[in-house]
Amino acid sequence: MTAAIELIGIDKRFGSVHANKDVTLSIAQGSIHGIIGENGAGKSTLMSILFGFYSADKGEIRIKGQPVKIKSSSDAISYGIGMVHQHFMLVDPFTVLENVVLGAEGGKLIGPALARAREELTRLAHDYELDVDPDAIVGELPVGLQQRVEILKALFKGAETLILDEPTGVLTPAEADHLFRILGQLRDQGKTVILITHKLREIMAITDHVSVMRRGELVATKETKSTSVGELAELMVGRRVLLRVKKGKAKPGKVVLEVKNLTWKDRKGTARVDNVSFSVRAGEIVGIAGVSGNGQSELLELISGISKPTSGQIIFEGKDIGILGDPAHVRAEGLAHVPEDRQHRGLIASFDAAESSILGWHTDESLGKGFRLNRDAVINRCKNEMQEFDVRPNNPLLTSAKFSGGNQQKIILAREIERDPDLLIVGQPTRGVDIGAIEFIHKRLIELRDEGKAVLLVSVELDEIRSLSDRILVMFAGRIMGERDDHADERELGLLMAGVTRDAA
Amino acid sequence: MDLSLIAEILSSTIRLSVPLVLACLAGLWSEKSGIVDIGLEGKMLAAAFAAAASASYYQSAWMGLLLAILVSIAFALVHGYAAINQRGNQVVSGVAINMLAAGLAVVLGNTWFKEGGRTPALPETARFMPIELPGIATLLQVPVIGPLAKIVSGHSIITYAAFLFVPLTAWALAKTRFGLRLRAVGENPHAVDSAGISVAKLRYKAVIIAGILCGIAGAFLSTSLSASFVRDMTAGRGFMALAALIFANWRAWPALYACLLFGFLQASGNYLQGAHVGGFEIPVQFVNMAPYLMTVILLAGFIGKSVPPRASGIPYTKDR
Amino acid sequence: MGNTRGELPTWVDVGLIPLLNLTVALLVAGLVVLIIGESPLEALWIMLKGAVGSLKGWGYLLYYATNFVFTGLAVAIAFHAGLFNIGGEGQAYFAGLGAATVGLGLQFLPWPIVIPLAILASMAFGAFWAWIPGMLQAKRGSHIVITTIMFNFIAASTMVYLINNWFRPTGKMAVESREITGAYILSFREIARDYFGMRLPSTPLNLTVFLAIIAAFAVWYLLWRTKLGYEIRAVGANSEAAIYAGIKPERIIMITMTISGALAGLMAVNEVLGVQHRLLLEYVGGAGFVGIAVALMGRSHPIGIVLAAMLFGLLYQGGAELSFAKPLISRDMIVVIQGLVILFMGALEYAFRPALAALFLTAED
Repeated sequence: MTAAIELIGIDKRFGSVHANKDVTLSIAQGSIHGIIGENGAGKSTLMSILFGFYSADKGEIRIKGQPVKIKSSSDAISYGIGMVHQHFMLVDPFTVLENVVLGAEGGKLIGPALARAREELTRLAHDYELDVDPDAIVGELPVGLQQRVEILKALFKGAETLILDEPTGVLTPAEADHLFRILGQLRDQGKTVILITHKLREIMAITDHVSVMRRGELVATKETKSTSVGELAELMVGRRVLLRVKKGKAKPGKVVLEVKNLTWKDRKGTARVDNVSFSVRAGEIVGIAGVSGNGQSELLELISGISKPTSGQIIFEGKDIGILGDPAHVRAEGLAHVPEDRQHRGLIASFDAAESSILGWHTDESLGKGFRLNRDAVINRCKNEMQEFDVRPNNPLLTSAKFSGGNQQKIILAREIERDPDLLIVGQPTRGVDIGAIEFIHKRLIELRDEGKAVLLVSVELDEIRSLSDRILVMFAGRIMGERDDHADERELGLLMAGVTRDAA
Repeated sequence: MDLSLIAEILSSTIRLSVPLVLACLAGLWSEKSGIVDIGLEGKMLAAAFAAAASASYYQSAWMGLLLAILVSIAFALVHGYAAINQRGNQVVSGVAINMLAAGLAVVLGNTWFKEGGRTPALPETARFMPIELPGIATLLQVPVIGPLAKIVSGHSIITYAAFLFVPLTAWALAKTRFGLRLRAVGENPHAVDSAGISVAKLRYKAVIIAGILCGIAGAFLSTSLSASFVRDMTAGRGFMALAALIFANWRAWPALYACLLFGFLQASGNYLQGAHVGGFEIPVQFVNMAPYLMTVILLAGFIGKSVPPRASGIPYTKDR
Repeated sequence: MGNTRGELPTWVDVGLIPLLNLTVALLVAGLVVLIIGESPLEALWIMLKGAVGSLKGWGYLLYYATNFVFTGLAVAIAFHAGLFNIGGEGQAYFAGLGAATVGLGLQFLPWPIVIPLAILASMAFGAFWAWIPGMLQAKRGSHIVITTIMFNFIAASTMVYLINNWFRPTGKMAVESREITGAYILSFREIARDYFGMRLPSTPLNLTVFLAIIAAFAVWYLLWRTKLGYEIRAVGANSEAAIYAGIKPERIIMITMTISGALAGLMAVNEVLGVQHRLLLEYVGGAGFVGIAVALMGRSHPIGIVLAAMLFGLLYQGGAELSFAKPLISRDMIVVIQGLVILFMGALEYAFRPALAALFLTAED
């Protein structure tokens, strides 16, 4: 089989982030090739380079054996590459036809192109089960159909190779199955499909080959038939150096947090958190594992009061805090929250460290009586916290943005822990944090547990979950797939994270 | 009220609508591409000065028009550079353009003509004068139709051109490749970029068109509606055009109706000055502020809904 | 991840770049003077001499600066909450109504009662005129830039009507209110004459200048020493993080706009109670817009704003002298400079940053 596309030694850096490390990949003509990896593994960057959105620092791209230079999307399109982005590149108020002809009008007037597109759409609808009303307003279509419009756009422009970036993230299972049928037919007609995903089920269901990416590197390419979900899960997560923290046995006390039948639906009515129930006791760490985007972020927002549940209860110390829907109230009840997104939620980049170190607790009377904010009190508090948590540089007046990821995280953690909360909820505590800080943060969380506090930990790092948690819950598609203790088998957890329960596997 | 007064008000409505229509279309082109333009006022004012100054110097209305357009484009390019290349705040840039134009016009006018910023009065030969439509003379004799015919006849060439730009704009936006891409770039520049089309080039074209239209509007003010430039002669028309644009929900034909409505309010305000209805003096000020008040009420969502192009005002960056 | 966000020392970001932008703005202004056919250096000299070369010059400079401090603070505090209040002009104008109503209506009361009330009324009327757009933004999502622009025009028409029909004494031709003869704010000249027996040149400078200093301090204190100020800045800097912290952006938007309008409203104290002693048509005269330039130049910090306001005071007073000495250079030259300052310090804020960043990088290598 000839290679439709070859990527040779692709290397790309964004500042200090090494997004793609010397990636070499060959994609066979007329096949469906999956690229799998966790968020931030470099899949999207690699495909953006192929589609001309970014240019690689090093490396070569060959199409059907010929070396090519792809400087922009229009180059990529002219080489027969089409891309369906994770966030659709559609003009909402336009009709399907207008969206399809955009960039391929073929003349100064769009009339003829629209007529041509109408014919072509009828043909494509027939050939590939790609039915869409050509005159519908795209913004009013359901996501599944919008995605079809994206595929039609690419095909109308003569795409031979179609890249799909996380195409099923927004689809219902039925819509996803329909998409897979379409992709199968495209392959049968000789087109090449590249499917970027972090969902193992999809890889197994429709790909011919699969490449696994991890931290910017392409770690393996396998024939799908000869691999298994377990093997892929392992490749994806990798055998990391386990930073096992020493911890004694947990002594769970009374129930601090009880979540009952919690459901949250987004504006489109999809349940992102789906009938979730669990509890956290004093003196234990409960870890929620799962591939990112399976409802963990939403769960954190619900418990911390940032959003309100559609239904269900969040009972904290015997009180339903879900109905408050107010982070300030929830905090006052004794719940602290280290948010997942450090940069956008956890602190304010343009504020100095001292001011970031009171975010959310700024109304505290110890920081100033009444309406006042005592600057000295704020700085002193921050200085103490910095000492306690070994933040470097030890300077409360330095702008928050100028601290390294690990030190920013320590500032946030210090802020939340030092308020002596009954329950700490933590999202991705060590994402983008150096090893030294990871160790420190882990130790702190264990200490907190040993002081008899309740900790709810959400992380996409399975190792982190395993080394810290006393009980592990696995989330998939908004639901809790199961609960395991801290001796749980990694492979079994990986399967749960992929949505495969033991009975099904 | 008698028929001839009504005809007079309506004829005046048309005249006063012209700068509004042109500026409103300018705003339409710019904002459809995603560039917010609160500098319509300034571009129009600069153009009005350029038109009056050069029409006076060359003794030619057409030279006035040409210079007006060039000057207005220059201002539009400054705005474009700030908004497109520098990703600056588009509102701030617009405010700056308005001030620069207001200041420069008077400073230069004062230096060149030494009349405190006023330009010399233009002779009729250096102005865009009313054109009698063919056959109108006989029509004017006819009762009832006569006064009404006066409404559409006797306007300058710019007036007729301005009203021609409305269908032209509507057609270009709806039916041409350029229009399609322009509308797309104001809604979702990422979609345009991923289709391999340059976002910056499209937006530059849009601001240049806005410049041309504001240039014509300015030339109309100083070489057709009046016979010279005086300070602040745009008198908020640029902002009224902006209000009309919001009222028209960023569409060409409704923009015409909104401008005619606002023009009518201006015209009747002028005629109503001091007029009494049933013993009460109608406060002209309320007629004057009506367009702005209506726009606020509209924006508050109490009457209908006005949705700007989604990407307007947001600098485009490739990074997601 | 572009070059515009590259790391630069703090002093470059808050010191060198603004200074560079200001210099370019002034150079372009100098170019305009050159085009007119005058010498920029001579013009600069005349302006400086006219503004700071005499007591009279200083009096006018500080009088103008008083207005600009108020309108500059109004714009700046809104900036801190991420809002662009272009309506300072209308808010200040509408506030004149409060000042005049109290000043004229309570003439029979002694000044220690009337003056504070009149100040409060000015603030309240200005605040009201800004609260409406703030409320519409918070509750209905109406874009505050557009609504504040519209409110400038609505204020203009309303005020013409009110001054004409309510405040103008019968038989008087000029469209202005009666004179406030009871309590008004004393000018420095009057104080010097009545209490110290000294003669000062006649300038409009009055005690309101101290109010401007108090206002600048109060804004600084509010923003950096109170919990509310913390919340205002948090909403402006990162509304996501603010929500995480339990701050309600809608509430902050309304509060901030109210404060912003009250600050703009203080201009009425200076003009109506301190200088004109009556409500004049169009009395704001563009000071609301100067506030935008002042806030941008002062980096939205009260100290910066006081300095920027004084610089614009200098330009206004010096410009008046300049147009007197050089009739070729119209006073509107100041408006040009304002426009240039806004352009280079606002819209083209980062124009020189990539070049500087490159310069610093090569210097480090």
